[in-house]
Amino acid sequence: MSRLQRIWNSDVGYSFRTSPVAMGATLVALLCVFFAVFAGWVAPHNPFDLATLDLADARLPPAWTAEGSAKFVLGTDDQGRDILSALMYGARISLAVGFASVILSVIIGVAFGLLAGFLGGWVDAALMRLCDVMLSFPAILVALLIAGVGRAVFPNAPDNLALGVLIVSITLTGWVQYARTVRGSTMVERSKEYVQAARVTGVTSLRIMRRHVLPNVMGPVLVLATIQVATAIITEATLSFLGVGAPPTSPSLGTLIRIGNDYLFSGEWWITIFPGLMLIIIALSVNLLGDWLRDALNPRLR
Amino acid sequence: MNTTQHPDGSNARAAEVAGTQSARQTHTMQQSVEPLLRVKDLVVEFPTRAGKLRALDKISFDIAPGEVLGVVGESGAGKSLTGAAIIGLLEPPGRIAGGEIMLEGQRIDNLDHEAMRHIRGRRIGAIFQDPLTSLNPLYSIGRQLVETIRTHLPMSEKAARSRAIELLQDTGIPAAEQRIDHYPHQFSGGMRQRVVIALALAAEPKLIVADEPTTALDVSIQAQIIALLKKVCKDRGAAVMLITHDMGVIAETCDRVAVMYAGRIAEIGPVHEVINHPAHPYSAGLMAAIPDITIDRENLHQIDGAMPRLHAIPTGCAFNPRCERSMERCVRERPELLAAGPTRAACWLHAADAAT
Amino acid sequence: MALVQADDLAMSFDVSAPWLNRVIERTPRLLLHAVDGVSFEIEKGKTLALVGESGCGKSTVARLLVGLYQPTRGTFHFDGADAHATYQSPAGLPLRRRIQMIFQDPYASLNPRWVVEDIIGEPLTEHGLITDKAALRTRVEGLLESVGLAAQDRIKYPHQFSGGQRQRISIARALATQPEFLVCDEPTSALDVSVQAQVLNIMKDLQRRLGLTYLFISHNLAVVRHVSDQVGVMYLGRLVELADKQELFANPRHPYTRMLLDAIPKMHDTGRARTPVQGEVPNPLSPPTGCAFHPRCPHANARCHEERPKMQMIAGVRIACHAVEENRI
Repeated sequence: MSRLQRIWNSDVGYSFRTSPVAMGATLVALLCVFFAVFAGWVAPHNPFDLATLDLADARLPPAWTAEGSAKFVLGTDDQGRDILSALMYGARISLAVGFASVILSVIIGVAFGLLAGFLGGWVDAALMRLCDVMLSFPAILVALLIAGVGRAVFPNAPDNLALGVLIVSITLTGWVQYARTVRGSTMVERSKEYVQAARVTGVTSLRIMRRHVLPNVMGPVLVLATIQVATAIITEATLSFLGVGAPPTSPSLGTLIRIGNDYLFSGEWWITIFPGLMLIIIALSVNLLGDWLRDALNPRLR
Repeated sequence: MNTTQHPDGSNARAAEVAGTQSARQTHTMQQSVEPLLRVKDLVVEFPTRAGKLRALDKISFDIAPGEVLGVVGESGAGKSLTGAAIIGLLEPPGRIAGGEIMLEGQRIDNLDHEAMRHIRGRRIGAIFQDPLTSLNPLYSIGRQLVETIRTHLPMSEKAARSRAIELLQDTGIPAAEQRIDHYPHQFSGGMRQRVVIALALAAEPKLIVADEPTTALDVSIQAQIIALLKKVCKDRGAAVMLITHDMGVIAETCDRVAVMYAGRIAEIGPVHEVINHPAHPYSAGLMAAIPDITIDRENLHQIDGAMPRLHAIPTGCAFNPRCERSMERCVRERPELLAAGPTRAACWLHAADAAT
Repeated sequence: MALVQADDLAMSFDVSAPWLNRVIERTPRLLLHAVDGVSFEIEKGKTLALVGESGCGKSTVARLLVGLYQPTRGTFHFDGADAHATYQSPAGLPLRRRIQMIFQDPYASLNPRWVVEDIIGEPLTEHGLITDKAALRTRVEGLLESVGLAAQDRIKYPHQFSGGQRQRISIARALATQPEFLVCDEPTSALDVSVQAQVLNIMKDLQRRLGLTYLFISHNLAVVRHVSDQVGVMYLGRLVELADKQELFANPRHPYTRMLLDAIPKMHDTGRARTPVQGEVPNPLSPPTGCAFHPRCPHANARCHEERPKMQMIAGVRIACHAVEENRI
């Protein structure tokens, strides 16, 4: 039986198959990812190709309203960019930042958690105090600080750097919960007899951590990571909204919301509402998936 | 028919006869005592995604007033489930899917939640394995005792408290008047189990269901607790259903014993008969596999294979694949409990028309 | 010289409150003397059983011998060499090949995420004994068959096996490096009776065939009677009696041994009345003065209260008891 078949037939697989919420959420999330990744081919227009923009198309409402045009399904913004296409490109940035920061957080957090839980003593104490310090800073504040410092240090930085700074700042506050969770699980696993058996055989601590303990503590990490993708995307949106995130030339959903905000009260609601809706859909579907995953893994762990 | 020399001979014999299937049909005969607890064809099922699993498959036995019945079996045999079903604490999704449980002639398996709550404590007391989690760590033991007493018996606070002190003294807690206000963590494991016994007896139940009461305790404490349990139950005329995997404890405490296998009763009868002259091949294998502290043996007898999982119980007699003496009939038909001398065994070797 | 020789082994754990708490609350350091001066020898091919109740330190002794702890006092000589010095040195790895351990909990002693082949093969790869994958597979299959499992079981995960089968996998793993000395920490306590019989039979069989030496830890005296050659009784970290099996069961001398044997519920007794042991095992953090058993001992006198009895050879039996030494019992 292949690995995939085994997973499909397992308890978790069964729980997935019978949960309409899980399947629905996964479908939606996969769709969003698909549109984001293949935006270049799927989007009807390229909103960031200045050559195709025409100011005459600016501020058109969605296609189903009176003044709308079928060419721009969800309307256009103040520069004539198609909202639907901008959504897809924006989602690409949002998802990229979200996944990248979560992956980095997981790597750092799990490593620290393993070390703290396994070695104990002063290593544990030092790392946990570091966690406490990191937790006392709100993520947004850290991000603002780093972004501000970044801009001061690299005033003419390319836009990619801005994204890099964004990822770093979200990672810096995100790793702590992984470290804590993994530390707890590691302390439980450390006292189990299979670890002692490995010690009796003469396996070094590092190898025990990597090969024995790590596979057994990844369960809760998976759940956390899934939910944190949503949090990271929203954090990124917040930062972009505040102006310290993704730049307007490669806007994320948050940037789009900010841009559209200025036009909300002059009646052009579609410029901000649709990016907002997209953000909600992505965050909700990932969150629901994470919720289901936590419940599916839990009874088995009991 | 030989019955073992037993101090409570009349009781054991009456219960034994009262439990026989044939006696149920002609129950006017030698039945001198109405059974306190009667379990008849009890079925407990667990719905899973692989279908309905039968964890208990038509269990029948009786307990006479004041008798100590041991229920012994290995893990997965269903002995704890039987206790849980009787107390009414089956964990969902498990449910009673058939049969009856009758306490003093009244059916209790189909009662609603509220009615069962009154039965629990007042007429059936329970003792579980882990004394650490059986007591609420936040309340003093006096408070827990008084609460239990006053829930089931009409008493004032003062009267309940002095009764609680009496109970603690009966169960061997020294300086009961002071210790009644202590918290569970201030007692050692053995002392805690004594408190749990006191709690179980607080409302004067007629039946105590004890699920592995001594397994978590040290050997020397085990002996104390067993002796205590026997004494206080005898003093109060309470019957005990003692669930355990330890045959030594059964040998020392019980009048009769039921051996369970794969959710069914394999053999039931007076304890020394089952231990010394087991009639069912499984009981025989079990007794031979237990290392005895009094004799030296080169190799322990082993029963090859393992108890079948719930979803793979063989047809006919559940033990037949592992049985050295299985016959063709054993694979086809599931045997009822048949008379086999002083005990009853679910084995076709004892059928009336079996070739010896 | 005996293969295994332990001399005055002792292990103390520091269970004090954290430094800050101690400073604020002004509480002293708290030491738990889990093992307090234990000495014994095991000849090659024989089995020594250590019995006792909870808190007596037998599990700690086991862990001391396999190098999971460093003793705070005393020595352990294996095949003539100081084992703990060896464990600390580069020669520690070859020593670990010769001493292995079997644990109590069949569910926690195998990594749930590894397949059986990797679990059993780990000692071999770790010590570089077999590097070729095919040879490793053959050896693992051979080990599985020697404990009564099937060769194809190597691709399964632990959760697909029952408790007894898992314990057999543990035994197979322990035998992988062809050790000479096996420390068994309650290997059958978590198993059903019929499964226990299977595992004990396998262990005895393997001992006969491979000439293994066992240290068998248990709280079940009936099991101990079945497997051991010599029996040591421990109480609160000390050895109180050490004798050949036949002698100990036929003629227990130490009051604690007698009480223990008396307290065990016996299957084939005719329900005779027994005098249950009085009292409970005291808190190991504050053991009684003098002889640790004196508060519960019916033969204790003033000397027992003050002076800790030394382990002496009396009538071929090693025993630490004033009353026996003074011929009072």
